[in-house]
Amino acid sequence: MAEPLPVLEMTGIVKEFPGVRALSGVDFRLFPGEIHALMGENGAGKSTLIKVLTGVYSLDGGTVTLDGKAVRIGSPLQAQQAGISTVYQEVNLCPNLSVAENIFIGREPTRAGRIQWKRMRKEAAELVDRLGLDIDVTAPLSSYPLAVQQLVAIVRSVGTGDSDGAGAGTKVLVLDEPTSSLDRDEVLELFRLMRQLRDEGVAILFVSHFLDQIYEICDRMTVLRNGALVGEHLVSELDQVGLIHLMIGKAMDQLEELHEHQLHADVGEALLHADGLGRTGGIAPFDLEIKKGEVVGLAGLLGSGRTELARLLFGADQPDSGKVTIGGKQVSMSAPNDAISAGVAFCSENRKTEGLVPDLTVRENIILALQAARGWTRPIPAAQRDELVAKYIKALDIRPANPEARVGQLSGGNQQKVLLARWLITQPKLLILDEPTRGIDVGAKAEIQKLVVSLSEEGMSVLYIAAELEEVLRLSHTIGVLRDRKLVAQIANGPEITPTRILETIASGEHQ
Amino acid sequence: MSTATKTPTVPDSRTTSKGARLLGDRRLPVLVTATLFLAMYIAGLSRYTNYGFGEPQVFLNLFIDNGYLLVAAVGATFVILSGGIDLSVGSVIGFTTMLTAWLVEKQGLPILVVIPIALGVGAFGGFLMGYVIHNFEIQPFIVTLAGLFLFRGLCLVISKESISIGDASVSSMAQAQASLGVGFLSVGAIVSLVVLAVAFYVLHYTRFGRRVYAIGGNEQSAMLMGLPQGGTKIAVYTVSGFCSALAGLLFTLYIQSGDPLHATGMELDAIAAVVIGGTLLTGGSGYILGTLFGVLVLGLIKSIIQFEGTLSSWWTKIATGVLLCAFILIQRAMTTRKKT
Repeated sequence: MAEPLPVLEMTGIVKEFPGVRALSGVDFRLFPGEIHALMGENGAGKSTLIKVLTGVYSLDGGTVTLDGKAVRIGSPLQAQQAGISTVYQEVNLCPNLSVAENIFIGREPTRAGRIQWKRMRKEAAELVDRLGLDIDVTAPLSSYPLAVQQLVAIVRSVGTGDSDGAGAGTKVLVLDEPTSSLDRDEVLELFRLMRQLRDEGVAILFVSHFLDQIYEICDRMTVLRNGALVGEHLVSELDQVGLIHLMIGKAMDQLEELHEHQLHADVGEALLHADGLGRTGGIAPFDLEIKKGEVVGLAGLLGSGRTELARLLFGADQPDSGKVTIGGKQVSMSAPNDAISAGVAFCSENRKTEGLVPDLTVRENIILALQAARGWTRPIPAAQRDELVAKYIKALDIRPANPEARVGQLSGGNQQKVLLARWLITQPKLLILDEPTRGIDVGAKAEIQKLVVSLSEEGMSVLYIAAELEEVLRLSHTIGVLRDRKLVAQIANGPEITPTRILETIASGEHQ
Repeated sequence: MSTATKTPTVPDSRTTSKGARLLGDRRLPVLVTATLFLAMYIAGLSRYTNYGFGEPQVFLNLFIDNGYLLVAAVGATFVILSGGIDLSVGSVIGFTTMLTAWLVEKQGLPILVVIPIALGVGAFGGFLMGYVIHNFEIQPFIVTLAGLFLFRGLCLVISKESISIGDASVSSMAQAQASLGVGFLSVGAIVSLVVLAVAFYVLHYTRFGRRVYAIGGNEQSAMLMGLPQGGTKIAVYTVSGFCSALAGLLFTLYIQSGDPLHATGMELDAIAAVVIGGTLLTGGSGYILGTLFGVLVLGLIKSIIQFEGTLSSWWTKIATGVLLCAFILIQRAMTTRKKT
């Protein structure tokens, strides 16, 4: 795969934030016609490096050369003009515009200032066609599922630069966690597109937390740790164990340890009882019982109603049928406040938009729920507050261990821990975790899973939602299987329950 | 109009019912408003036909009596499409009437000199508000609220009394009529229709227009897609300021005086017309034609209440309030559908 000259070379990249040195002298190179993985734990500096490369952040030191020429990238627009396009984890397109417009906006074909709609649609259709995709370019983007929107984002970035026939188009394509919310077929389609572009000579930088995907698609990888370069390897020359070793920087037995972890058996009496709870358009009426100290896992595809179920139990959505009893008392569940005072805590799947307040400090974010539970008229004494915050920062190993750091500047895994700390501090009876491990690295994943196990041993009930079946199986006493917005089965976990069995249940809609 | 007339084909993989597809269509609100207008007009015809409601001139008067509102609403459409709001519209209109009357009557400037001055002042005011909104990242609500007070205050700086215009060229311009055979249109009505046509072209056939939709759809994305979202935002408020000043000029022609209290609260009428016309207050979705129908519906309510004779003019406000509420509920239904 080795080409004589890299298309992109970054040398000695330094980026500092107030109080944090996010990148300290990182070198990175990318060859044309390769798919290159950027690996590292959360907070290792992957996102920062990408944002420097794409002009979202300005760099504090180091040089970037593109095609042998030194370049300065000051904005996303400049990056695009230089031939560096990015597709982010969250699709950054305009859902209200048509697919064709999303591909072309900013460089629509015009004649005398007038947009040539016909030509634009035709060119968009040709581009989509050439990339082997079946997308109607006149439909609004919002009519397509997320996976297709992501493909459109890639089509857009590939098309960048050749609107007037000038410019060779994209030289470097950056894919930042594009697969985190796709299912298997969608991932395969994405990979097919990536291979096609690679064969056309595009250099692709791929970031993903799924190691299997890295090994499936990538040619080469660069590993970062704590903002520094650890090494660059051919994928074929480094196995997964070795890679994890490099990423974590120490022997990593935590994961295996968890694999063999026995679920504790002493599950108490019923804590929560949902009876015919349902919401039209959300989830069909279901019965669910969660016992004290029990971990109930929810399995099902994206959009099968996992989150909707959890939101009902937290009062975030109002049920239109059924009732909930917690600890023997019926709870009205008309607002999250009812759930919170009944001892339910909810870590949302969108930690950025529904959970954390990015502009507040770690301390303020952690203390938020406890303060809310006490009511605004009874502020928590400063000393007690600081002690509590320090305790949880330590217990969950939140990095940087600085209560004054702004949450928005923390890495994904650490943000998740802050959110967890916020709810743990209120000592809930039932903790609802919606995709707590999404988009965070193996190390942090293992820590959070261990935490779930120890919490349930201490008698806290947990409702655990995760996309990875193995994860659900590893942790849960009972597994609720969802399909098409319906709770189709509740299976007691045991040695005979395997991911395949669960998949069969999801596929058939019934448990044999 | 090719963008708006071609039916977007919904991907085959999605088995949505026809009704659901219709509800998801962004042009539905415009259709609803147009239908409502038609229904109201037909109802008016059947009820007041003996009083001359069927005269073509009654229909044309909708444009004559609401031309200024249409121009102001076109400006507001740009702002709302971009996801913002402009509360200064009424004040800028009021200020323009004062400035125009004062320059013509007290300073003796010819109206043809005054027009570009007034338009320039309005556009500059809009530019300043847009600049502050973008560069200091302040909510448009607050910035344009400041603009509202500022321009209303400036009216009183010019004069506390109303200034009536007796200038011959102004009154001849105000009385000029373009005959259409069955009736006539005033200068103001024609100007407002030209503004509408230009706005349509700009929104659908220029890059600037599509950027307005893009930043209204998702500003963060527009930025990451490399669109100059700052310049677009400033331009949108400049357009709104310009339209407000033009609406002020039309209002001056219509009423032939300047008064510090002219057009108080007209920004709300403009916003109401835009919303009734089906433009989402969250930005990114809506059509300029909807705004036309929004204005026409509001105008028709006024006409009907005049024809009714016994109803107080406050019923206009009540009817507007009810309609606005109904249309916001429709919008809500549409956006919740999109989310699921």
